[in-house]
Amino acid sequence: MSVDHGRRKFLWESAALAGIAIAPGITLYDLAHGRAPEAAASTAVRWGLLVDMNQCESGCNACVTACDTENGLGGGKRATDSQWIRKIELKDMRGRVRSLPMMCQHCAHPPCVDVCPTGASFKRADGIVLVDRHTCIGCRYCMMACPYGARSFVHEPVTNQKPDVPRGKGCVESCTLCVHRIDHDRIPACVEACTTAGRKALLFGDLNDPRSEISQRLAAVATTQVRADLRLDTAVRYHGL
Amino acid sequence: MLAVTLAVASAAAPFAQAAADSPRAPTRVPLPAIEAGTGDRCVEDTPFMRRNHMDLLKHHRDRTVRDGIRTTQHSLANCVTCHASKKTGRVTGAEGFCSSCHSYAGVKLDCFECHADRPRAAVAEVHR
Repeated sequence: MSVDHGRRKFLWESAALAGIAIAPGITLYDLAHGRAPEAAASTAVRWGLLVDMNQCESGCNACVTACDTENGLGGGKRATDSQWIRKIELKDMRGRVRSLPMMCQHCAHPPCVDVCPTGASFKRADGIVLVDRHTCIGCRYCMMACPYGARSFVHEPVTNQKPDVPRGKGCVESCTLCVHRIDHDRIPACVEACTTAGRKALLFGDLNDPRSEISQRLAAVATTQVRADLRLDTAVRYHGL
Repeated sequence: MLAVTLAVASAAAPFAQAAADSPRAPTRVPLPAIEAGTGDRCVEDTPFMRRNHMDLLKHHRDRTVRDGIRTTQHSLANCVTCHASKKTGRVTGAEGFCSSCHSYAGVKLDCFECHADRPRAAVAEVHR
């Protein structure tokens, strides 16, 4: 059987053209930010959040409620209740009140990881700081080390946990940046809720990718890291603080 | 010593086989309630799963928590989805697939102090 060289050449050229036709430097893989289920999280990505305090409204609690619902938290406000995200009101000298959400800042150099005696507190390759409950002994050193008071200890037995968010008595826990959603190419619940509530105070994206919306916004506006003096290089940035 | 062990093992083998095939006579020991899971077959052979499910789960948990690898082949949530009791909807409790066998074997099972012991759909129903 003879090979139709003209046809074969045409097919190869079409395939090559399809690869570059979208735009120079942009491939479909990047656009979807997709990661195969069997692929590990990569250091090429660093997930981050930008909080625009000019958009964040005092009295709006949408992000906190969404976090509680997504992660199966009780929503209690006692000192012993788990709170992964809180709304904080700041009052300046002139009495002007500002509102902002406060949660784990997902530091590049996390003090909670430094002090953990068992290696349970760790930073994932893509910058998300997590607790491996399988190795957490509940010593709470990390809670003392965290400058943001972001971590909670589970004091009482937990029932009806979400299948994606296992949690139980005797372990420390904090904001996971909704890692179970991120691994399925979804944005964190708080960000989704903020957008649904008609505000755009929270922007989630890849800090390492200069083309991502969050990187472009960080380049365009002045942003602050809370307790920047500690040089922890937080992944949660605030605009208007 | 080895000979004795072998003799005991070979003597016990027919009983074990018979016990697996026919309904058991009542004994003083509460036997595990092994209910067939939904679906055609398990993710691995039954004898392999009996011996190695704990290793598969331990390996998978580290890959998921540490590396974010969320394949479903050996995930605990996937086990629970198929093996939840048709009566109680759980893998724990006296008739639970996991708990009943673990209590028979005398091995402490603490997965479900943190993990959901019901399929995803059943948990969603509770949180509605």
